[in-house]
Amino acid sequence: MSECCGPSQPCCGGTPALEYEYGPEPYVDGTVDTFAGPVKRVTTELSSEDRLGALRVRLAIARNDYRVRPALYAIGAPDDTSPVLVTGNYKLTFDTLRGELGGRDVWLLVIDSRGVNVWCAAGKGVFSTAEVVRGIRDARLEQTVSHTRVVLPQLGATGVAAHEVRAATGFSAVWGPVRAGDLPAFLDAGMKATPAMRRVHFELKDRARLVGVEASVLWSRRSVIAIGVLVAAAFILPRLTSLSGEIWLLTMAVGVLAVLAGAVVMPLLLPWLPGRTFALKGAIAGALLLAVLLAVTVGAPLELWAWGLLSVGTALASFVGMNFTGSSTYTSPSGVEWEMRRAIPLQIAAASVGFALFVVSLVMGQVG
Amino acid sequence: MTEMRYIDDVVTLELDVSRCNGCTQCTLVCPHGVFRMRDKRAAVVDRNRCMECGACSRNCAQGAISLEPGVGCAAAIINGWLTGSEPSCDC
Ligand code: SF4
Ligand code: SF4
Repeated sequence: MSECCGPSQPCCGGTPALEYEYGPEPYVDGTVDTFAGPVKRVTTELSSEDRLGALRVRLAIARNDYRVRPALYAIGAPDDTSPVLVTGNYKLTFDTLRGELGGRDVWLLVIDSRGVNVWCAAGKGVFSTAEVVRGIRDARLEQTVSHTRVVLPQLGATGVAAHEVRAATGFSAVWGPVRAGDLPAFLDAGMKATPAMRRVHFELKDRARLVGVEASVLWSRRSVIAIGVLVAAAFILPRLTSLSGEIWLLTMAVGVLAVLAGAVVMPLLLPWLPGRTFALKGAIAGALLLAVLLAVTVGAPLELWAWGLLSVGTALASFVGMNFTGSSTYTSPSGVEWEMRRAIPLQIAAASVGFALFVVSLVMGQVG
Repeated sequence: MTEMRYIDDVVTLELDVSRCNGCTQCTLVCPHGVFRMRDKRAAVVDRNRCMECGACSRNCAQGAISLEPGVGCAAAIINGWLTGSEPSCDC
């Protein structure tokens, strides 16, 4: 899936429009005159700067909100009969769209979605009926084109009611395809999307990208502190207890591996892990990885304390895995609540029992 | 690859066919192919695929579709439980 509108980023980020300062616009390469005044024309060639910017956003080096000034833009040499495509102002979306529209003459109406991709913005109510109406009015679209049709991104439908846009502006909406890559075929077919173009998927590369983004977001913040604390603990704890440093290191490795199992391995292997709930998939990924780690480091059959660690780690992987529901493209809130009500008590039980096993073995001197 | 399915029989989606005027909007906006037109009226053909995004209900001018829309996100639901408010994903 291209990042046209789907979740190329977790649904976070975005600062209010008023506080935002838009940077230079190197992609503008001229103007097109209309009855409503000159309109900026943008290139359909992505520059190395655009690609570098995309990379920086992906790696979370740059700000996550990477925005284009909301306005009407021209692609090619559109006239009053050319189609109008509406989108949000997340720059990656904007770049993907113009990259797909090379050789065409269309208008691109960029709505203020606070620098968030269309789907997330629509879910949060910032890509909304009111914003689309405002965008059409601000651009004086009725003076720019002689027809009364706009192409709205399908994934914006969560926030935009087509019939309300028509009532407010006179423009009726055609729903565009989910993926930007299907836009040329959609336009060539007389603005008709096939059923396949309307479906959202959640393929390996989509999941891999999300894992990457989430990991980089985490990496830049808490985990640096967390790793620091863990390393310090690995030095201090052995001196405070009778346990060897290796045991504490192993305990920490279990923690880190459990988080990786839930946040990286589970999302990547999502369709192949058994069960429907993310909590179960996370638990299975965690239990398998941790069992291997423990068997390799302390040897099978596991002793009681190692079973304890396995149990705590599995609960943690399950919890972390459950949180990936927020990034998926097919989980319903009712379903997430359903699984949480069942999984959380089990996670707490597994973690408590595991912790108790570990401590009891420790007190009885079986560890170390 | 076949599409992944989530949990069956939990979603809040309801369609009141008697209000439907056959405008087809719901079949166009749904990202999971939940609706199909049958005898010029909308029909729910794959209810369990619904992710409660609310696109269909927002775009049904007849008010034939009802559901509790929201984001299917564990963090949001925990937030909702803790604060006693609507689940929201503001991280
Ligand atoms: S959007 Fe409403 S009125 Fe239109 S087809 Fe669907 S259910 Fe019927
Ligand atoms: S809520 Fe979303 S996923 Fe469910 S039927 Fe409506 S449009 Fe489809």
